Amino acid sequence: MSLKIKDLPIEDYWLSGNPSCPGCPASLGLRLLMKTLGPKTIVVIPACCSTIIQGAYPKTSANFPILNIAFAASAAAASGIVEALELKGRSNVNVVVWAGDGGTVDIGLQALSGAAERNENIVYVCYDNEAYMNTGIQRSGATPYGAWTTTTITGKKEHKKNLPLIMAAHGIPYVATASISYPIDFITKLKKASKIYGMKYIHLHSPCPTGWRFPSSKTIEIGRLAVLTGTWVLYEVENGIFKLNPPSNVLIDRNKRKPVRSYIKIQGRFSHLTEKNIDELQRYIDRQWETYLKLLSIGKIY
Amino acid sequence: MEMLETPLSKPSEGSAGITGYWRTFKPVINKSKCVKCLLCWIYCPEGTVIRINDSVDINYMYCKGCGICANECPTKAIDMVLEEEI
Repeated sequence: MSLKIKDLPIEDYWLSGNPSCPGCPASLGLRLLMKTLGPKTIVVIPACCSTIIQGAYPKTSANFPILNIAFAASAAAASGIVEALELKGRSNVNVVVWAGDGGTVDIGLQALSGAAERNENIVYVCYDNEAYMNTGIQRSGATPYGAWTTTTITGKKEHKKNLPLIMAAHGIPYVATASISYPIDFITKLKKASKIYGMKYIHLHSPCPTGWRFPSSKTIEIGRLAVLTGTWVLYEVENGIFKLNPPSNVLIDRNKRKPVRSYIKIQGRFSHLTEKNIDELQRYIDRQWETYLKLLSIGKIY
Repeated sequence: MEMLETPLSKPSEGSAGITGYWRTFKPVINKSKCVKCLLCWIYCPEGTVIRINDSVDINYMYCKGCGICANECPTKAIDMVLEEEI
């Protein structure tokens, strides 16, 4: 049975009046995360925007326990918490890592890979805003080709690192991609992940109005366009079985995908792109889809 | 020896102050157009769209006026009004 918006709990553990920018996807993501998992949750946050938007002493906008930790250490710290809880005999507590893309695909990758290899009982959520937004929009491994950042002023030359598939290569029980524009899909995946024992990885695509240079009201619209153009693909790998989720499952046919142009033309970070660059982005997306279609035809990938 | 009080932050709304002051445009709900789909409630990054059963209201004290609710409303029941005009 699919979840409905009306069935979601009214309670929020992520409180209003926090210092996030207007239209912030990280704030929305944290709100949905805590709404889903409830108060019996310990969240580990490395250096990222979410460290700042917890608010300054003596107030905090988080009505749940948070461990703030160094960039590279989030998955390792969460592993320690899981072990400690197991020793204390407390098995009903969710241990969640909430990390940005820099703290996941670049700096935190080593600890994350280690935790995945040990199959620690963690829900790892990476909210991917495609650059180091907290420190002033520097490029990360998750920044897409052509995107302007303060360290790639003529546009990034390399393509985005495909971390969900790297995590799937670890053979962990659950890997999923989600988008902030599809909250029911994200919440369903979180609920599923919290019930599985072992390492769970969810990659949450999060359009950032400040860093991507678009009006704050367009956060959800741009996230949706990323999915409908096929730039971001919603899928899950559960015990090795690869499955596309709606609406990505109807985008298998190339003609049903919107052209990537409709996604990038409303973002300031892509405003300098030439026709050649846009074609390259489109080719990359089509190549990625060929990979996903191959995985889909294999079915059980590990 | 007496223990020193630890510098522990306490959960509270408004950890960045009254963030409603950040607003340039104010979302105003036209209740007659509202179909109670709750999309504005689920999409609000701040949690400032208050849900009372199936109807919605806005907490203007902390609403930052990002405009996501107005942009996502399927019946265009939310208008963004310039603050000075109210």
